Amino acid sequence: MSDILARLQGVSRIYQKGKEKVEVLHELDLEIPKGDFIAIMGPSGSGKTTLLNLLGGLDKPTAGSVNVGGAELSSMSNSQLSHWRSTNVGFIFQFYNLLPVLTALRNVELPLLLTNFKSRERVKRASIALDIVGLADRAKHYPRELSGGQEQRVAIARAIVSDPSLLLCDEPTGDLDRETADEILRLLQVLNREHGKTIVMVTHDAQAADFANRTLHCDKGTLEAKEAA
Amino acid sequence: MKYFRLIWKNAWRKKIRTSLTILSVFVAFLLFALLSAIGFAFRGGVDVADAERLIVLDKISLINPLPMSYMNRIAATEGVESVTHASWFGGFYQDPRNQFGQFPVDPQSYFDMYSEFDIPAEQLEAFKSNRTGAVVGRELADTYGWKIGDRIPLQATIWTKADGGRTWEFDLEGIFSTDDARGSTALMLFQYDYFEEARAFAKGTVGWYILRVAKGADPVRVASAIDLQFANSPSETETSTEAAFAQSFTKQFGNIALIVTLILGAVFFTLLLVSGNTMSQSVRERISELAVLKTLGFGDRTVLGIVLSESILIMLLGGLLGLGLGWLVVQGLAKQMGAFLPGVFLSPAAIAGGVGMMIGAGILAGIFPALKAMRLSIIEALARA
Repeated sequence: MSDILARLQGVSRIYQKGKEKVEVLHELDLEIPKGDFIAIMGPSGSGKTTLLNLLGGLDKPTAGSVNVGGAELSSMSNSQLSHWRSTNVGFIFQFYNLLPVLTALRNVELPLLLTNFKSRERVKRASIALDIVGLADRAKHYPRELSGGQEQRVAIARAIVSDPSLLLCDEPTGDLDRETADEILRLLQVLNREHGKTIVMVTHDAQAADFANRTLHCDKGTLEAKEAA
Repeated sequence: MKYFRLIWKNAWRKKIRTSLTILSVFVAFLLFALLSAIGFAFRGGVDVADAERLIVLDKISLINPLPMSYMNRIAATEGVESVTHASWFGGFYQDPRNQFGQFPVDPQSYFDMYSEFDIPAEQLEAFKSNRTGAVVGRELADTYGWKIGDRIPLQATIWTKADGGRTWEFDLEGIFSTDDARGSTALMLFQYDYFEEARAFAKGTVGWYILRVAKGADPVRVASAIDLQFANSPSETETSTEAAFAQSFTKQFGNIALIVTLILGAVFFTLLLVSGNTMSQSVRERISELAVLKTLGFGDRTVLGIVLSESILIMLLGGLLGLGLGWLVVQGLAKQMGAFLPGVFLSPAAIAGGVGMMIGAGILAGIFPALKAMRLSIIEALARA
């Protein structure tokens, strides 16, 4: 069995903006081993988020192949990609993106609604996920009743509740103060080291990148590897 | 349903807006319930009409009487099983506002013809044996608090008595009822013999004949045969089914069904605009949340279903409340107006139709926002957020 979780080969992504074609990624190759924790840095518009979207099955390449966990994402239909995302990948956003009308517990439960688990089992699993991120006592709080760091922890619980192998984080600490950001990053490290999650994190923050195993620099649609200091 | 909590919470995201939308749905379906019940009262006679009963009227007008001598000739017509007659009395009780159907009839043949009316045998016998006897329907008895043995005076508006008096007095000998919820019993029957003897004019006539067609006989042929018999006579007849008679009677009040349809059409068109706007706003406000759901793996159809269900839920909440209150009001109206407008009734068919309209309106109001949510591009929506 391969130790590579994700493999991108010759991936290009071109967007049409009016009459102009913009190539965001250019014949990019990347291999992500299982259990890796990668930080991707680079200037705005360099293609970091596009790369994350391709890895998460939210977008398809214009050319090349994206294979994650043995699934060839570039040839899957939208409906197949939806189903694949629900079980294989967890997303963590900069602004948390919790549903304000649901409590922390019910936000975490959301991905499990797509499974066949009974209500009691869903609540049990969501509670465990909240416990892992240290927010078991905030289960019944609404997002507006939580701090930014707590909201991001709930978002992380939501990302891991269906036990995906890959976590994709788009600027997960971009909206947090240094201290809270470090707490979140340590939590990601725990998920990587103790729970075996493969993590790809896009960040502008060099200190955040230091928490990763390695850092890749994205510029003009290509990647350049740099070992973490 | 595992998505119910999500749908419920989303529906109440903006409590005031949702409450106002539900209120408008509530008012629309309250109106629907009331108009349906009143419309039902006007077509009630049509709905309960018996296909095997024919009505023989004067060809020129409903108000022209027919000779009593026609009775035997109609009875002798091939395909006629039995015949009875009735006439319009048109009086009032105590106050001109207290008007209801009053008919001089032949007791035995009338109750034989209208077997849907239940009357205890001893009460029917007492009615038959008392020349000034009368029976009333349960609705009427309840409205005026009448009981057997009461003496009921009616003031005539058409039929003065031979002695010049306008007051007709009757002894209440029985109360009849019907199991058919659609049928009205807000009417009073009294002895034709007494009416015939005491009235000042038009003696030897009746208002109309009612006949039952024999089993196997063709009602159209029977009707033609009767009308042919009286062709070129001073009182030509027009024989029609009971339903057609009831319909022509109802049309005297205007086309109630059309009026009800037009009012409800306007109400529901407005309702669709209001609720459609609510759903559009609601979806616009949470584009990023919908994108997150899709990111988590909620498929296009699931998102479509969630938004549509929310729209239907709002319609059902307001609609069922409106229909429920409407039902209660109709119960009260039926009691208050039973004598004046009998048959006010919110039928199971109207309730089922109302629920169907709620679901239909929910789909119509929610379909465009739902399609927008379904076709949402995750990347664009997240980038905008």
